[in-house]
Amino acid sequence: MPTLLIAEHDHKSLKPATLNAVTAAAKLGQPITILVAGHNADAAAKAAASVAGVAEVLHADDAAYVHFLAENMAALIAKLAPNYTHVMAPATSNGKNYLPRAAGLCGCAQVSDIISVESADTFTRPIYAGNAIATVQSKAKIKFITVRGTAFDAAAATGGSAAVKKIDGAGDSGLSKFVGEELSKSERPELTAARIVVSGGRALGSGEVFKKLLEPLADKLNAAIGASRAAVDAGYVPNDYQVGQTGKVVAPDLYIAIGISGAIQHLAGMKDSKVIVAINKDADAPIFQLADYGLIGDLFQIVPELTEKLGK
Amino acid sequence: MKILVTVKRVIDFNVKIRIKPDGSGVETANVKMSMNPFDEIAVEEAVRLKEKNIATETVVVSFGAAQVQDTLRTALAMGIDRAIHVPVDTEIQSLGVAQALKKIIEKEKPDLVIMGKQAIDGDSSQAGPLLAAMLGWGQGTFASKVEVAGGSVKVTREVDGGLETVELKLPAVVTTDLRLNEPRYASLPNIMKAKKKPIETMTVEQLGVNPAPRQVTLKVTEPPKRKGGIKVPDVATLVDKLRNEAKVIP
Repeated sequence: MPTLLIAEHDHKSLKPATLNAVTAAAKLGQPITILVAGHNADAAAKAAASVAGVAEVLHADDAAYVHFLAENMAALIAKLAPNYTHVMAPATSNGKNYLPRAAGLCGCAQVSDIISVESADTFTRPIYAGNAIATVQSKAKIKFITVRGTAFDAAAATGGSAAVKKIDGAGDSGLSKFVGEELSKSERPELTAARIVVSGGRALGSGEVFKKLLEPLADKLNAAIGASRAAVDAGYVPNDYQVGQTGKVVAPDLYIAIGISGAIQHLAGMKDSKVIVAINKDADAPIFQLADYGLIGDLFQIVPELTEKLGK
Repeated sequence: MKILVTVKRVIDFNVKIRIKPDGSGVETANVKMSMNPFDEIAVEEAVRLKEKNIATETVVVSFGAAQVQDTLRTALAMGIDRAIHVPVDTEIQSLGVAQALKKIIEKEKPDLVIMGKQAIDGDSSQAGPLLAAMLGWGQGTFASKVEVAGGSVKVTREVDGGLETVELKLPAVVTTDLRLNEPRYASLPNIMKAKKKPIETMTVEQLGVNPAPRQVTLKVTEPPKRKGGIKVPDVATLVDKLRNEAKVIP
């Protein structure tokens, strides 16, 4: 029996989180079917068909999927689900919205945010903000699973040649409609996929200073910019910058925490980074306990100096 | 309109958790417990809608042992009108909660259900969508703004790229994100008043639901520990280490 994986995409291309989820799905050792539900999404379906290890792509093209409304997405997923033993999606804000709803329509519980596949029914997942790892066995007849992208390598985006099968959608539920969106525009790499992340905390003092200090550093490193919850709550940057238990989980090669003390919920979102640098004036800040390189001092002097020295 | 909110009693977010030596779970005995922070936001939102005269009645529901009545009292002290306690001595998981809530909702007939987007113990973030699916209602997850108007509710959602606004037909389920509001502290007079507010008990048998877990926790372990690193004296050393030791920058 095959595994159904719900692609995260923007109708033109696949989001990187889809490739990480393919690797998780491959660990089940079953054929993988990818569902691309979108509108005018031929390019995304084609991209899904080229992913290494994918057996089949189902492409539902309907205006009902243009904004991935949970009610419409879940209805389609639940209609397809009985043909599969496992239904997976990346644990992105979209996957976390429609996958548990699809599970509910099928009378099943979801296994959320897995970080490993132990067997067909057993998975590990972080609980308590990652301060404990639970090994859980699902007794659901269909296993609905969201996948934490940072725990799995990305599958190769090319090399596959799966057939694309057009399927009908499940229509518009009439329960919800899209009103509008306010998306952060940025030329920088996506936070969850960036190789380097520069993150700022409340100690930066204002949105203006946050920008003035962190953007040149991020530009030099071609890094994404993140923030602590405190910095977001204080209004320095929008919500989508937040790294932590309830924000985004990142695991870049290099994470530079600037003026971040290291609250448990922030550490939950970045402690799997390969190399962590902490810059903070408080020598007792908890962030130093897990930083590979700690620099104690005034960030207002250190950050410009760091930006300058990296240029050489 | 009538609003139903749900609250869960969890280990306080400031407590450093301890894993039981036998790996069977996380120690909850003699540990400070509090209302799940996202549920506090749900309670606050319901109370504000009542204060704006949009809601006419607010009800809070919780599942768990006798002590969850303390959590219910907190919600009542914040301004919720009345409470329902479903006593459960063993673990109850999201699916069981959603099934039982569905039965309560069929009886209570609220127009809006507000829940936390996740509980900070299990972090599974699914009870809201599970419930919405079972009821056949629309869902507005990760809400940072909720506006009720006529027969619908506009929900601004925190999503990966920024913010998204959807409009849901009522009745609907909304789950709260961090920036929806700042929950109030209950005042002493309100804490006293809350003692007189009613807490009704409904058993899972009465609701006709079997709350047995469908997901078995085989073991709970410590996450891999990160070794603390070194302190560097200056920026030059930091750049040198990153370049030549960690090799993460060119």
